[in-house]
Amino acid sequence: MNPFSYVPATDTSSAVALAAGGAKYLAGGTNLVDLMRQGIETPRELVDITRLPLADIEEQPGGGLRIGALVRNTRVATDERIRDRYPVLAQAILNGASPQLRNRATVGGNLMQRTRCGYFYDRHSACGKRDPGAGCAALDGFNRTHAILGTSESCVSVHPSDMCVALAALDAVVNIAGRDPVPLVDFHRLPGDTPHVETMLAPGELVTSIDLPPAQPGRSVYLKVRDRASYAFALVSVAAVVRMEAGRATRVRIALGGVAAKPWRAYEAEELLTGTSLDDELIHQAAGQALAGSRQRAHNAHNAFKAELARRLIRRALQGVRS
Amino acid sequence: MSSIQLRLSVNGREHELELDSRVSLLDCLREHLGLTGTKKGCDQGACGACTVLLDGERVNSCLVLAAQCADAEVTTIEGLASSEAGRAMQKAFVRNDGLQCGYCTPGQVCSAVAMLAEYEAEVPSAVGEAGLTDAEIRERLAGNLCRCGAYNGILAAVREVAR
Ligand SMILES: Cc1cc2nc3c(=O)[nH]c(=O)nc-3n(C[C@H](O)[C@H](O)[C@H](O)COP(=O)(O)OP(=O)(O)OC[C@H]3O[C@@H](n4cnc5c(N)ncnc54)[C@H](O)[C@@H]3O)c2cc1C
Ligand code: FES
Ligand code: FES
Repeated sequence: MNPFSYVPATDTSSAVALAAGGAKYLAGGTNLVDLMRQGIETPRELVDITRLPLADIEEQPGGGLRIGALVRNTRVATDERIRDRYPVLAQAILNGASPQLRNRATVGGNLMQRTRCGYFYDRHSACGKRDPGAGCAALDGFNRTHAILGTSESCVSVHPSDMCVALAALDAVVNIAGRDPVPLVDFHRLPGDTPHVETMLAPGELVTSIDLPPAQPGRSVYLKVRDRASYAFALVSVAAVVRMEAGRATRVRIALGGVAAKPWRAYEAEELLTGTSLDDELIHQAAGQALAGSRQRAHNAHNAFKAELARRLIRRALQGVRS
Repeated sequence: MSSIQLRLSVNGREHELELDSRVSLLDCLREHLGLTGTKKGCDQGACGACTVLLDGERVNSCLVLAAQCADAEVTTIEGLASSEAGRAMQKAFVRNDGLQCGYCTPGQVCSAVAMLAEYEAEVPSAVGEAGLTDAEIRERLAGNLCRCGAYNGILAAVREVAR
């Protein structure tokens, strides 16, 4: 690990000022400390933001909730209001990492966590995230866990967060110090030819909270498939939030994890299903639609199975929430 | 090198420390305070061998910087061994063959004690069953791996203490 100075911040504006000078924010540290130990992140200065007054979950005037960026993942999943009104969010968080990690991990850190691509972690491999323009060793490498949607010739990594998949299905909004809020679905970026640019944040910008719009009546589910029964990153996951009125789906949200560099909303499938009774045939068609743009390298597609896995998971999720 | 000064309370004892800012809580405990009960397995948050209680909550001490623990209260396996809850859990591990080589055991015991407190505080799990069923115990202890595969003994030990 490279040497760095450590500064605990007590107020938001001084934290932002330090970061504007090149310091990196340290929250729970469960991703950043690991990446620093691997020599992938090499900040000269860390600003510890865990004591900033951004650690509350508050009611919003219109009936939504605001979750501070420094609220720990365990607390989000334990909060009565979240469990009652946004159960899909609690479920997604509880399906990620381990209890020890969730006790430490913050909402802001979870949002900002970086990919688990093995080539990103291996400093001897080509990676355009670490080294802009260097190419992508995963393209022709062992890419079994990699992306099938929104990929480019520069990067096929996935965003590893479970929490963000639920937030995408809930139409959450990210609040950032000193500028307009950004819808969560626009927060993370697809790689294009700049895979090192991962979010809408400029260097040094601080996420202050996440807003959940008023909860919609209806049912929701989070399903995650991984290589072992617990405590592993998703191969594919899906969050589905559906409102049924008089036997018709009046509002459908479907978000996928493990398939792209961002939580992936299946807008066309949602549209296809809205206003219908979600019968099996339509669900089948919508699941196909959601993965229609999926792409694998013809000659090296260790991850080809993900498209079928995602289709099946979408069908299972929708069959579960339609009744 | 950039150094930091901090006051840290470990198992009820106060320490004034001057450390390199890079030192993890795990290395601070083992290398600077001589508390070698806490183990280093992976050093990347993936095995749970380094589990300690930080202000009462279980965490992976390998991913916590010591610098972040200023004025915090840390409880390690050495501290738990002199508490009633810790003793009871240790004895149950012995009675139920909850270990083979013992390397993961301090982390397992710390994790199990904290897990029961989390359960009391109504922290949910992904399993979502009513009561501390076997599936619940397994899920809630999923952050602690055991290379010897003593899982069934660990489960039996925790089940015994929980009832
Ligand atoms: C073994 C292991 C297994 C895991 N499994 C899963 C899993 O299955 N599912 C899953 O979703 N996650 C998983 N995780 C990842 C875990 O969820 C993240 O490490 C955690 O959420 C990061 O939060 P943190 O507060 O510790 O962030 P930190 O490590 O402190 O920070 C991460 C990044 O976010 C930046 N940052 C933090 N807060 C802010 C802010 N407010 N504004 C701007 N930037 C900020 C930091 O500068 C840093 O770049 C796993 C992690 C490990 C180690
Ligand atoms: S040593 Fe900390 S989790 Fe493995
Ligand atoms: S007893 Fe050997 S690793 Fe668990």
